[in-house]
Amino acid sequence: MAFLNRVVSKVSIGSVCKLVFPSSSAALTSGLCKINQLKDNERLRFSSTAAKHKTERVKVHFIDRDGNKLTANAKIGDNLLDVIIENDIDIDGFGACEGTLACSTCHLIFKQADYDKLPDTPTDEELDMLDLAYGLEDTSRLGCQVIVTKDMKDLEVSVPAAVADARGPV
Amino acid sequence: MLIKNTQNLTRRLIRNLNRYRRLYCGNSGDFVPHVAVIGSGPAGFYTTQQLLKAHPKLKVDIYEKLPIPFGLVRYGVAPDHPEVKNVINTFTQTAQNERCNFIGNVSIGTDITIKHLQKAYNAIVLSYGADADRKLDIPGENLPNVISARALVGWYNGLPQDRNLEVDLSCDTAVVLGHGNVALDVARILLTPTSTLSKTDISNHALEALSKSNIKKVYVVGRRGPLQVSFTIKELREMINLEDCRTIIEKEDVSFIGSLTEELPRPRKRLTDLLYKTGCNPTDNNLIHWSKAIREWQLKFLLSPTKIVSNNDNRIDSVECVKNRLEGDDILNQKAVSTDETVQIKCGLVLRSIGYKSIPIDDAIPFDQKRGVIPNENGRVTGVTGMYCSGWVGSGPVGVILSTMSDGFNTGKLIVSDMNSGLIPNIQKSGKDGILPILREKGVNVVDFKSWEKINKVEVGKGEEMGKPREKLTDIQQMLDATQEKS
Repeated sequence: MAFLNRVVSKVSIGSVCKLVFPSSSAALTSGLCKINQLKDNERLRFSSTAAKHKTERVKVHFIDRDGNKLTANAKIGDNLLDVIIENDIDIDGFGACEGTLACSTCHLIFKQADYDKLPDTPTDEELDMLDLAYGLEDTSRLGCQVIVTKDMKDLEVSVPAAVADARGPV
Repeated sequence: MLIKNTQNLTRRLIRNLNRYRRLYCGNSGDFVPHVAVIGSGPAGFYTTQQLLKAHPKLKVDIYEKLPIPFGLVRYGVAPDHPEVKNVINTFTQTAQNERCNFIGNVSIGTDITIKHLQKAYNAIVLSYGADADRKLDIPGENLPNVISARALVGWYNGLPQDRNLEVDLSCDTAVVLGHGNVALDVARILLTPTSTLSKTDISNHALEALSKSNIKKVYVVGRRGPLQVSFTIKELREMINLEDCRTIIEKEDVSFIGSLTEELPRPRKRLTDLLYKTGCNPTDNNLIHWSKAIREWQLKFLLSPTKIVSNNDNRIDSVECVKNRLEGDDILNQKAVSTDETVQIKCGLVLRSIGYKSIPIDDAIPFDQKRGVIPNENGRVTGVTGMYCSGWVGSGPVGVILSTMSDGFNTGKLIVSDMNSGLIPNIQKSGKDGILPILREKGVNVVDFKSWEKINKVEVGKGEEMGKPREKLTDIQQMLDATQEKS
């Protein structure tokens, strides 16, 4: 079962969503939540057994809203939202919907060169959520949809400032 | 031996003395500011989260009218959007902070007044949202089955005040007036197969009524054009992909926007593109999906309702609308101006979804009746020191949860900065200890967060029996009874 959990969590939420959202059925979305629960269990399990597994990691850096550089030890295969949670990086309100593509609070801005190197292009569903984000750029992504790869060593991404007066419909 | 005992005794004495000093001899270093937050929806919880973070000693008491927390996350978010409700996990963490108290089942303005709260707290945050809905003010609006979308949302989400709403779903056509996300939410719930809804936390009374529904067609009617819609692209895409349901967007309504989209900001461009493609150039997948549909929805533009027409037995026959044209240079902010032409849309159910407004709850709070908001400057309530607002009650009912979050964070930061600058005097206040005795005397049955957790357990248990995540209790007394259960 633990192995199964691992398989499920390895199917990134992003790829699950690609399957789930076009048909947009609640049955499937509740399935998505279950996957997310498994993911949480997985997170817990791994933190206690991380030493044994010797997962490969790379350093990635987050520039927070005050311009501070926060460095995380990112596990390859995790998404950037997981990285922020696992490394206890304190960014207010980050990942409110817990990686289910239902908000845009894990919005990150990449440098153009890094953005171009990302293996996946954003899905329509990710772009739909990004459209509600503050400070949207052409190189914006949702952290929950970007999977850490070996090539991301010393990647630097920015957390955009939240702007209160930009609220309202697009 | 004796020396050791004396040492221990002395140590204990010093420890106790320190404790008493902390408790009773407040000097500035021991100052504990108390903040009352009114309303436990996203605005209240995000403000609280920031307040607790920005000040190491500050305590927050969150007052809530209902015995249960989370406001529109529980009663506004559609049951088929469970992902959005994940924010409850963060709110629960905040509520479980030892410097935070949830005080439910208390109505501000009636059970306790703002004056009482001002005596007991250094700052008050009004975050009670926008409860009332805007009216059309047209003839026929009071007919049976002309219903506010807000009430319908409350009905299917199990809000106590709306659980007995009379909704007649025996007709085949409904008209939703409004082009916002709430309009699309209610249209979607009316058109989603109940086999799908039954796996959500939709309230059982609504599920039963919807399973007998005859509604096959929903018109979603707006007074302006495709460039001015207020709904967001996620909700539109969901409608286009809704199972067993066809989307109708008339070509002539959207053909002109195809050439305009390049100029638009990216979010509006993508939304406009999707409207254009769906109307003029649907994908093969769309066409296959729609060809199997047994229900449909249609977006109608440039129509303002002028009358809801009834037949002889007082049932809705149709909505009469006047056609509009748009005026103004800024294409995204054009105004609707009525023409002489009218159209009739036959239907048996009308849902009004033209916006929410807040209501005044206490004379001590300034209120802008016209706009339906509390007047404020960036969150500071105009003219009242120590009073703040957060979320829809101050901004008006617009924006997704992200905007409320950022508003809440800003208000929280502002309050702590006003405390540090001395704008709010550093006087030691009592917090809830000055309020709870008054409530007790009045016989108000206060519900704390632990009691909510008991209600939560009962609801999840009921849901489990029915094969759904939760079956909400819809009666205040039932909720209070559940708090008495042994945990």
